Amino acid sequence: MSETLAVTRIPLDDYAELLGAGEIEELRALAKPLRGRSMQMVNSTAVGGGVAEILMRLVPLAEELDLNIKWEVMCGGEDFFEVTKSFHNALHGAPYHATQKDFEIFLAYNEHNRATLPLDAEFVVIHDPQPAALIDARKPGSNHWVWRCHIDLSHPHRGVWDFLEAFVSRYDGAMFSSPEFSRQLPIPQYLFYPAIDPLSEKNCDLDPVFIAQILARYHIDPQRPILTQISRFDRLKDPVGVIRAYRIVKRYFDCQLVLAGGSASDDPEGAIVLKEVLREADNDPDIRVIELPAWAPLEVNALQRASTIVIQKSLREGFGLTVSEALWKKKPVVASAVGGIPIQIIHKHTGMLAHSVEGTAYQIRFLLSHPEIAAKLGEHGHEHVKESFLITQKLKRYLTLFLTMARGS
Amino acid sequence: MNAAETPFEFVTVSYLTRIGNQSAGTLAELLAGLENCSDASIFHHTYQTLGSHHFLTEGFSNDFAQWVLADTNRNDLAEQLAALDIRDYVSIAALRSDLCRVVRDFCEELPHFAKQSALERFYFCESVEVTAPLGHNARTLGEFRDGIAHLSHAGFYFHFISSRLRLQLQTNDFSHWLSDGLGLQTLADSVNHIDIYTNTLDSSRAKLLRLIERERRKA
Repeated sequence: MSETLAVTRIPLDDYAELLGAGEIEELRALAKPLRGRSMQMVNSTAVGGGVAEILMRLVPLAEELDLNIKWEVMCGGEDFFEVTKSFHNALHGAPYHATQKDFEIFLAYNEHNRATLPLDAEFVVIHDPQPAALIDARKPGSNHWVWRCHIDLSHPHRGVWDFLEAFVSRYDGAMFSSPEFSRQLPIPQYLFYPAIDPLSEKNCDLDPVFIAQILARYHIDPQRPILTQISRFDRLKDPVGVIRAYRIVKRYFDCQLVLAGGSASDDPEGAIVLKEVLREADNDPDIRVIELPAWAPLEVNALQRASTIVIQKSLREGFGLTVSEALWKKKPVVASAVGGIPIQIIHKHTGMLAHSVEGTAYQIRFLLSHPEIAAKLGEHGHEHVKESFLITQKLKRYLTLFLTMARGS
Repeated sequence: MNAAETPFEFVTVSYLTRIGNQSAGTLAELLAGLENCSDASIFHHTYQTLGSHHFLTEGFSNDFAQWVLADTNRNDLAEQLAALDIRDYVSIAALRSDLCRVVRDFCEELPHFAKQSALERFYFCESVEVTAPLGHNARTLGEFRDGIAHLSHAGFYFHFISSRLRLQLQTNDFSHWLSDGLGLQTLADSVNHIDIYTNTLDSSRAKLLRLIERERRKA
């Protein structure tokens, strides 16, 4: 059953202390011409995943601005989500043999949702490929429809993209997380960054006593440098490469490495990668491989805050919000120049970019040798996130988009 | 205390970034992009980026210079591009012309570097601007000070940096009003001399407020 989600209130003024009253006043000024006009966000899941996490915070903040906004979740059976998961991987470039039946399943569920979802708002934002075909519900010239793509479309599977493109081209605009992820389309394409919420459990300030407890729980020594990568156990996050970089650094610095990610117990591929990681770690007492529960925001927050340097050595990346999370906590970050990471890490200004194991190790050694530079990168990184990657900025971007569409630009 | 006949109206701005259909993987392609991209794209990568990266006060000037430095490793060209000061321009056409001249001269002098592949591509984007009145204005220096103190970064940027293009003068909204509205030419000049490249928006604002306070004490 499709559903309209009710969300918990988040007072907008809570953000004034962090951002300044002027920033909140600005949101109110931008929202004023949009009051009373209807908006809808449509995605395919109410919980789990980055999109739901963002909408959970974005929608109540928009309501605080007296906007008439609704969040609708499309319904789908197991067969639909199997197909869309395959589409998702294929759009990321994975090999896939799409069958006619797959496309039929996709279309059938979209058609069913068109009949049950009230897609009548003035501004309709469709998130990701799953509900893309809902555009068929649009009445000619009646409202504004935009497609928000959260995935990397730089090397999509041709067949799947050709199928989707026929729908996407009929929207009034498309939004991507990086210019690199965009496609040649006949409609305007906009840059929309994902965002973190500074007041969420993953990013809020923590009591130092709690951080110390977390370190003690995982047997991490707070007196020695801590290098941390937070990510699921996935080859594309290159955890083995991180260990190799750590070993180079270890020749010069008595440091520790923390590799923390969601549990691999329900992910067969994750379990294999975890084994590879443990093999590479080879019982090194200064390497902590931590399997976190699926939802452990406070632990992630504490580990990031306790880190001397945060690493994100991905081989491919969507946007990489763990980078924004670390930067918000004023941590120096060494990360690969892939996907959306260079948008967050301006080399030598808000962090260090690397292109190899050796390069990653070199940048870590440099920052451990120059803590004053590391601190400055952290400060600048925090400002960069404040300026561009917070949930309030994302809300501002949506307001700007709706105002732009309303005036017909 | 003097009151201006025409009040200063505080406005804020928000930008949507539109992804263009041009990108560059070499310096030669950067030059082609600079020659052909829209005015909104030149604005985005120079004026607008200065506002969104205002907290960087050492060595960050515009997106072109940063890309040349980080992705083509040509420090010499990056330095020349970074040295172009947007305060010297009252039109995008003039700024574009100088950006092209600097890159063209480099490519002609060192043609083997012009075709070397960069680490990452440069994507030309455009700014789409939306302004909104904040609903308050100032007629006196005191009201002006209070309004500036409460502006968002974007509002401050709009009046202090991007206004130069709108006014088509080598000044900003604040200085323009101080001079025309209140007849405070010396204060207007001092405000216009605050260096937006070596100050953040916050430190520029703090300097501006100090200058206003000093003027108020004189009155």
